[in-house]
Amino acid sequence: MLGYGAVLVLVALGGTIAVVFVGLSRYLGPRNANAAKLTTYECGVEPVKTARERFPVRFYLVAMLFIVFDIEAVFLYPWALLFRELGLFGLIEMAVFLMVLVVGLIYAWRKGALEWE
Amino acid sequence: MGEAILFWFFGGLTCVLALLVIVMRNPVHSAMALIGNLFCIAALFAMLDAHFLAAIQVLVYAGAILVLFLFVIMLLNLKDHELGNARQTATKIAGAILLCWVAFKLIFRVMPSTTAGFPAVGDDYGTVETVGRFLFGPHLLPFEVASILLLAAILGSVAIAKKKLW
Repeated sequence: MLGYGAVLVLVALGGTIAVVFVGLSRYLGPRNANAAKLTTYECGVEPVKTARERFPVRFYLVAMLFIVFDIEAVFLYPWALLFRELGLFGLIEMAVFLMVLVVGLIYAWRKGALEWE
Repeated sequence: MGEAILFWFFGGLTCVLALLVIVMRNPVHSAMALIGNLFCIAALFAMLDAHFLAAIQVLVYAGAILVLFLFVIMLLNLKDHELGNARQTATKIAGAILLCWVAFKLIFRVMPSTTAGFPAVGDDYGTVETVGRFLFGPHLLPFEVASILLLAAILGSVAIAKKKLW
């Protein structure tokens, strides 16, 4: 339980700063909006259509692969910390674990899942 | 005392945010409530001395998996009329009754068995080293099986998302 005081202070401070800044700009800032000011800013170009477009499914594939290898990295972390203690046995354990995932990586690669087509 | 206050604060917030996840009409708002919910669960983990789990909860769940959720919401991009009408009173009542039943079961059956008392754990119980020692020792099989699960996730997502597989 100890040691989380700093985290709580950070969260509280971050939240306070965000609320104060948004609140101050709302309270102090002049508001004289007109239609041109309220349009979406697209680098000076007139907005073409709605921003609520359907996303291509490619993003799903990238996100999914990212999560899988993210979780792999999570498992690597305690192993790296105990590397000396676990020795050869730990190395073999991790090799088996990684081998299965490398099979998946090769599959995804061969199927062209890493290409942005 | 302070710990009890924190527990009730985060526990209550977890429940409120979990309710918001299912009550919100806009899926993006639901996802935002889910992020808050997962953060609160991380706080509960931290209070249980599960430090590694708390950090991973924030990094993997509140970080990566919520991004995936938002991607899926934007992939589907459901319009208001596609979300269905929310006026199915019979379903709601049936759901509420079922929820009450499950809640009572949980409170009166499970809770006495969990408050019976557990042996105290050491200060380093939930650290990365301890988790690693369990993971690469007694729980080696679940760890290796996790790789199969991740492999299945890779195969499934590639098979679903690729237009041509060959």
